[in-house]
Amino acid sequence: MRAIVPGPAAGEVVTLDEPLSLWGGYDPESGLIVDRAHPQFGLSLSGKIVVMAHGRGSSSSSSVLAESLRLGTGPAALVLAEPDQILVVGSLVARLLYVKVCPIYVGDPGAVNGTYVELNAGEESLGEP
Amino acid sequence: MLLTEEDRARLNGEAGEATRIAMELVVAAGEAVGAGSLLDITGAHVDSCLYHGLASLDFAERLSGAGGAVTVPTTLNVTSLDLLHPELYRGDEVIAARARKLIDAYVAMGCRPTWTCAPYQLVDRPRLGDQVAWGESNAIVYANSVLGARTNRYGDFLDICCALTGRVPYVGLHTDEGRRATVRVDVEVPDSWLDDDLLYVAVGHALGKSVGTEVAVITGLDDRADEDRLKALGAVAASSGAVGMFHVEGVTPEAATRGDACQGRPVERVVTLDPGTVRAVVTGLSSTTKGLGAVSVGTPHASLAELESLASLCSGRRTMVPFYVSTARDILAAAGAAAQDIEAFGATIVTDTCTYLSPILEPPDGAVMTNSGKWAYYAPANLGVEVVLASLSDCVESAVGGETVLESWA
Repeated sequence: MRAIVPGPAAGEVVTLDEPLSLWGGYDPESGLIVDRAHPQFGLSLSGKIVVMAHGRGSSSSSSVLAESLRLGTGPAALVLAEPDQILVVGSLVARLLYVKVCPIYVGDPGAVNGTYVELNAGEESLGEP
Repeated sequence: MLLTEEDRARLNGEAGEATRIAMELVVAAGEAVGAGSLLDITGAHVDSCLYHGLASLDFAERLSGAGGAVTVPTTLNVTSLDLLHPELYRGDEVIAARARKLIDAYVAMGCRPTWTCAPYQLVDRPRLGDQVAWGESNAIVYANSVLGARTNRYGDFLDICCALTGRVPYVGLHTDEGRRATVRVDVEVPDSWLDDDLLYVAVGHALGKSVGTEVAVITGLDDRADEDRLKALGAVAASSGAVGMFHVEGVTPEAATRGDACQGRPVERVVTLDPGTVRAVVTGLSSTTKGLGAVSVGTPHASLAELESLASLCSGRRTMVPFYVSTARDILAAAGAAAQDIEAFGATIVTDTCTYLSPILEPPDGAVMTNSGKWAYYAPANLGVEVVLASLSDCVESAVGGETVLESWA
């Protein structure tokens, strides 16, 4: 895996069965999935290492990610199959404004749903293939 | 990433602190997706002016407080308030006050107070080949697909950063290669279905579900796929998937033929939409068929042609349930008699915002009917309402009768 927003993270792995639009699909106040059409409706992503194939839907998801990190309900880290600019920017803005870091990785975490993992890639992995 | 001398000067703070912050984010976003360089843009559409919590306001005030000023013509997306009709707002006053401060920050940075999610309906919209940085998912897909302008899917924060710097990562839909269709979607339905607005909603929803972020070329449609139908198609595709662009063979500007859309190369897969699939999508977008509580149309913002269609359906009649129409203030100003007919019908015209974003709807006594796939997709979670998807004429007939009428897809 490579880090596109570097930093360490630890938490329980939650693999999304379908892509999730954070805007309209994730409530930053509660940290819960609120998209009723999503198979994991009602699940909390707060403090989790969230594995998702790619982002979906609204370009407002940057704001929702930053707001959830401000409120402390956001995911511990995101692991994406492909880089997603919208999520990267949301994470970087939370770091700029609130010094809260939600690292974003690209690749296969090789971890099973529900297990606890630690991700420790540092700055040096940024930009590696 | 290859940066010009000017880019480096911006990164070093020589153009001010706001530009420095913006440039850092543009470069970081570009590096995340493997961009090799940056590109000049000629315009931007900023979605960050919509309030999503204090993070929205903190970021805007950081930039405006540091003297940020846009360097390209920049339009603004909807707000969380109807600024022309503030009495419609039923929400929290603290949030409304923050939303107003957010608006002030973006206007202070030189953005035009257009307050619309459909900037492509404004007079000076981008043209074929123009490089722009647009936020708002429905606007992005429209700019690329229908106008042939070039934008990636700019999320909140990054859109204003591009507007401040006039630069974007040169990657994805800004490039020829990124616009090549890699999937073909064959619409195989009876010819008469091409006259039904809901077909385009269904195709859009299925497109989003089946292609994700890929560019598709849709076949089997013709010039009945006008701008408003393509708008509806793109809006729902960008909700059910991360679609940034689609082609329609023989209709959209970069797809005179399917070969053009694919740039002469084979597609990687083909998806077929048959009548059963289309019908199931339309049914699936309704969460209920129970009693009618309200009607909401105009998501994305109604065009002048859509307001005129609505006026011709509702003129001289009277709605029995709350009926909302969302549009842009510029469109409303041009609508004249059509707007009068719609108001005489008893409908509430909402500008500057949208009924699924802003607490405007009175809690409905029953389901909300809409002709918008995007509204049907988001409103159940956003507003906690049940939704019925129906054609515009069924929306009007239902409103007049006070109960659900589903003629076109019964």
